Amino acid sequence: MSIDSSMLVMIGLTIISAATPLVFAAIGELVVEKSGVLNLGVEGMMLAGAVSGFAVAHLTGSALLGVLTGVGAGMLLALIFAFLTLSLRASQVATGLALTIFGIGLSALLGQPLIGIAYEGIPNYSVPYLADIPVLGQLLFQNDLLVYGSFALVLAVSLFLKYTQAGLIVRAVGDSPDAAHALGYPVLRVRYLATLFGGACAGLAGCYLSMAYAPMWAESMSAGRGWIALALVVFATWRPGRLLFGAYFFGGITILQLHAQAFGIIVPSQLMSMLPYIATIAVLVLISSTGSSLRRNAPASIGQAFHPTK
Amino acid sequence: MGSTESKSFENALVSMSGITKAYPGTLANDAIDLVVRRGEIHALLGENGAGKSTLVKILYGLLQADSGHIEWQGVPVDITSPARARELGIALVFQHFSLFDSLSVLENIALGMAVPANKVLQQKIIDVSSRYGLPIDPDRQVYSLSVGERQRIEIVRCLLQEPKLLVMDEPTSVLTPQEVKELFVTLRRLSREGVAILYISHKLNEIKALCSNATILRNGKRVASADPTAESAHSLASLMMGDELDAPSRENRTPSDKVMLRLNNVSVIAVEQHDVPLRQVNLNVHAGEIVGIAGVAGNGQDELLAVISGEQYLSDEQALLLDGEPIGTLSPGQRRQRGLCCVPEERLGHAAVPGMSLSENAFLTAHHRSDLRSVGLINKRKSRRFTERVIEQFNVQCNGHLSLAGSLSGGNLQKFIVGREIEQKPSVFVVSQPTWGVDAGAAAAIHKSLQAMANNGAAVLVISQDLDELMLISDRIAALCAGQLSKVHLTESVSVQQLGLLMGGASIEQGAHV
Repeated sequence: MSIDSSMLVMIGLTIISAATPLVFAAIGELVVEKSGVLNLGVEGMMLAGAVSGFAVAHLTGSALLGVLTGVGAGMLLALIFAFLTLSLRASQVATGLALTIFGIGLSALLGQPLIGIAYEGIPNYSVPYLADIPVLGQLLFQNDLLVYGSFALVLAVSLFLKYTQAGLIVRAVGDSPDAAHALGYPVLRVRYLATLFGGACAGLAGCYLSMAYAPMWAESMSAGRGWIALALVVFATWRPGRLLFGAYFFGGITILQLHAQAFGIIVPSQLMSMLPYIATIAVLVLISSTGSSLRRNAPASIGQAFHPTK
Repeated sequence: MGSTESKSFENALVSMSGITKAYPGTLANDAIDLVVRRGEIHALLGENGAGKSTLVKILYGLLQADSGHIEWQGVPVDITSPARARELGIALVFQHFSLFDSLSVLENIALGMAVPANKVLQQKIIDVSSRYGLPIDPDRQVYSLSVGERQRIEIVRCLLQEPKLLVMDEPTSVLTPQEVKELFVTLRRLSREGVAILYISHKLNEIKALCSNATILRNGKRVASADPTAESAHSLASLMMGDELDAPSRENRTPSDKVMLRLNNVSVIAVEQHDVPLRQVNLNVHAGEIVGIAGVAGNGQDELLAVISGEQYLSDEQALLLDGEPIGTLSPGQRRQRGLCCVPEERLGHAAVPGMSLSENAFLTAHHRSDLRSVGLINKRKSRRFTERVIEQFNVQCNGHLSLAGSLSGGNLQKFIVGREIEQKPSVFVVSQPTWGVDAGAAAAIHKSLQAMANNGAAVLVISQDLDELMLISDRIAALCAGQLSKVHLTESVSVQQLGLLMGGASIEQGAHV
């Protein structure tokens, strides 16, 4: 009995730590896409956040400084992306892919001296009283602050998009930038801010990987999570609540496959890692299938450059 | 501030003077003066490209003039943004509605007014819409509304700002005659309440019926001010065009008995949510006649055109006959080869590829019937000659055959697209909204070429929302309502009112009993 429950808690905690970086990266990208911008550079921004956050935390010994640096690094890459695609109107798809490749290379270069260095990780924080609840307390209320933060962020984004005037403007810009411009809303500024927010979130996701999940630096350590995050936004049909579910679903699958192996159940890991993408394709088919109401959440102008002079 | 000046603009709500705006290559506004007084309905008349839109955008703060100044109630103002314009009391109903499809009516209005979308606003919307007889439901999603309802949202949005000046850009182009009537009642009422209205249109009859003053623009210059009630539609048109408008007149044709295009019980099931199913449409179009299909947008026009052009296949090839031959399952290209040419409503993206040159656009549809290839490859010389012929014969204003389709004004592109198909000498020609948003000069040219085609023995089918157009050019006329086609009547035997009945799904006989 006691083995079972501690086993469950262990599995639960690993699922949380697998899902949290996905939550961060995807919720950022959700806001970006809601404003009509498609930034495929999530993977690159995550790695930039991971390496710089880890380096600063290691050098200064301050997790907070590390996280702030990682967030800043993600935003810096997002700023480059925004300048190229929004101000210079470069193709968002090509620029996003380039940003990923750039991020992988840059982080590998900067991270060379960091390989093999150990870091104690971001400390956990026990919520008073609640943490003492057996099983549930261990599972939910003894995590690091970033985990709590990820839930708060999803809630905040959800409320922001649904109930605030600024959130309405973001959705409007994503739906029809021309109409938004005609009404006098600053389309480019809104898109810049959304893109920067996405960069910050991706940087944060990277920090979580190198400072809490691993915690260490390894080359290309995000291992495709940026792409899963992108797929997740579509899987969630641009809804924060579904996105949270999807992140835990995908995170859970990756973890369960490891545990399944420990129990001697062999599922090819390649099959499991395909699953997020297969699920996303299934959702895409549903979205474009006839008479689907899912489509209405999709930002209509996604990926299109906007010319404010017209 | 000279006293004479202030006297001459007595009662002026807004006076724009010496407004100049240059774009690379063109002078869109050349020292234009415009004065609108309190409570008047003032027409701004001009062809496409005359500078109306530019002037309005400057007034609404979307563009900044290169020179000139604006006075609002006698005080010089700098309108730097739409927010500033709204603050002054200027409201604008856009020609192409600036609405967000995926948002609700309430959210759209909130965005337009820069206020939160809450219960207070919802109540205000309900109040204003009932006061002015403009029923709308604030919770509906915009994508599910008809064009007329969408326009209502825009008007309610403007009225909620309690404007002193309401600017309306081509408001009636998408409305039924009944809806136009209702709109005019609302506008007259607003004018009585002291709201000035700047009414932009090229429909001269509407301007004569509604406006007490008109400013006429041509080629970026103000050419005249007139009292529309004192002028005839013809004299207004010639002021606008600069020379006598060579308008087509009604022609009487005697069509042959030969049925060129036959629709046999054509039914199409709606696939997408907002598609309209076609229900047992029967129609014969004879050689040498023009048949008009009236109807409010969204009643199956797009579906009808798609079925005829071949974008939508039919399961039964016998449902569509071209000169007696079944073509229901043939591709658009095969239909073109056999002499059926179509022009869809949407010019950019459907009838033409915006980012391609006119020459390439011409090749895309014309290679089926006109010899534009050699050994299976594009023959650029032949395409060029074909394109230049279209440009010349249909008087398309452009920088030669290599101009991008997207760079042409709406009217010029439409002349090119219609010309491209006519130049292929089709035996059956189907066109949707041939003159939508096209100026009077271009519209007259297009109408004449349609008449000439029919006179030369082609069968012509015109799908349009513009009743004046259909009454002018069609020999027989019918209306589409909710995917159902009415009986076909001889045009001279129906009045516009009766046509309104047909468009509403009633029959003329039913209307007579009411």
